[in-house]
Amino acid sequence: MAEYGPLVLRVCRAVVGPADAEDAWSETFLAALKAYPGLPEDARVEAWLVTIAHRKALDAARAGSRRPIAVGEVPESGRALADGRALTGGAAVTGGRSEEAGGTLKDPDQWDGDLWDALKALPQRQRSAVAYHYLAGLPYKEIAAVLGGSTDAARRAAADGIKSLRSSYPRRTHERGE
Amino acid sequence: MMTASDAEAGDLFEALPLRDDMAHGRLHARLVAGAQREGVLDVAYRTLRTPVGTLLLAATEQGLVRVAYDSEDHGGHAAVLADLAERISPRVLEAPERLAQVTKQIEEYFEGRRVRFDLALDLRLSKGFRREVITHLSGIAYGHTESYAQVAAATGSPRAVRAVGTACATNPLPVVVPCHRVVRSDGSAGGYVGGAAAKHTLLSLETAA
Repeated sequence: MAEYGPLVLRVCRAVVGPADAEDAWSETFLAALKAYPGLPEDARVEAWLVTIAHRKALDAARAGSRRPIAVGEVPESGRALADGRALTGGAAVTGGRSEEAGGTLKDPDQWDGDLWDALKALPQRQRSAVAYHYLAGLPYKEIAAVLGGSTDAARRAAADGIKSLRSSYPRRTHERGE
Repeated sequence: MMTASDAEAGDLFEALPLRDDMAHGRLHARLVAGAQREGVLDVAYRTLRTPVGTLLLAATEQGLVRVAYDSEDHGGHAAVLADLAERISPRVLEAPERLAQVTKQIEEYFEGRRVRFDLALDLRLSKGFRREVITHLSGIAYGHTESYAQVAAATGSPRAVRAVGTACATNPLPVVVPCHRVVRSDGSAGGYVGGAAAKHTLLSLETAA
């Protein structure tokens, strides 16, 4: 867990947003802990965790929505993906646990709200593809298995997502240090 | 993990911290609580600094299952945890709460304020003759010692002196199950799973009291 915890948190933050990322992370790891003996011998842990996280996000979205979410449909907000309860409670309301998360996330060093705004604007499928590829390092073939659809479709979703991000997200001007 | 795709994405995700220890502290506590609630916290562990070095303490729901010196295995505590994951369950989490009693009693022992441990023990890591030896060891009182030969005789296998040595060397619960109280017939201390210096420290502590 120490090994994959940070990676999964980055993915959760990018897919469901700052307010719900910690709920999503917790549900993912608890589910992983319960399912652990079910991990196939040859499976890569990253892919397995991302699959669980993705399923959790969809479950929460379904539970919180009166209409089924078609794959690729744009949810109103990332919150709808992660936590149905928060959705019914109104966008401004966060649960007790999320509040805790929000407390530290106000720190601009930890999480840039602009990045989430840009990610949030992407169709869910693109946002997931981008996060699973660029943050979790999954190959497109594995992403296709998680999202459904073909490898090419997964590659296209990630490419389109990155392209939109590049134009919508005000990138920092300085270069990465290394 | 740096991959080609990270480079492609350039600095887009720079705002997302690679590590966020504050968040992980919260998340870990939440996971432990959840695992406990769901009954899937199979092995809880913590480390504890003591006069004989940092000890790893691990407990199942049945009781204390492992006490380990860092020097015991070439891989240190990480190797011990990997072994627990293999032999008991991969659901291993750092969760000091379950070890509160153990911690308290070990601390009291090292302060000279406790002469016997009153703890639930899970002896599943010890089998057969070794387990018989381990069970016998718990009866050797604080401040007393027995020779390997005496222990062998007491377990009904007077010729199994070497096997007693092996049982002591593979004691999964050193300190709490006092294999340090088994010494050579000539009075010298003999080997110890935590090293000769640790054995000396424990025996001195008990004779000083």
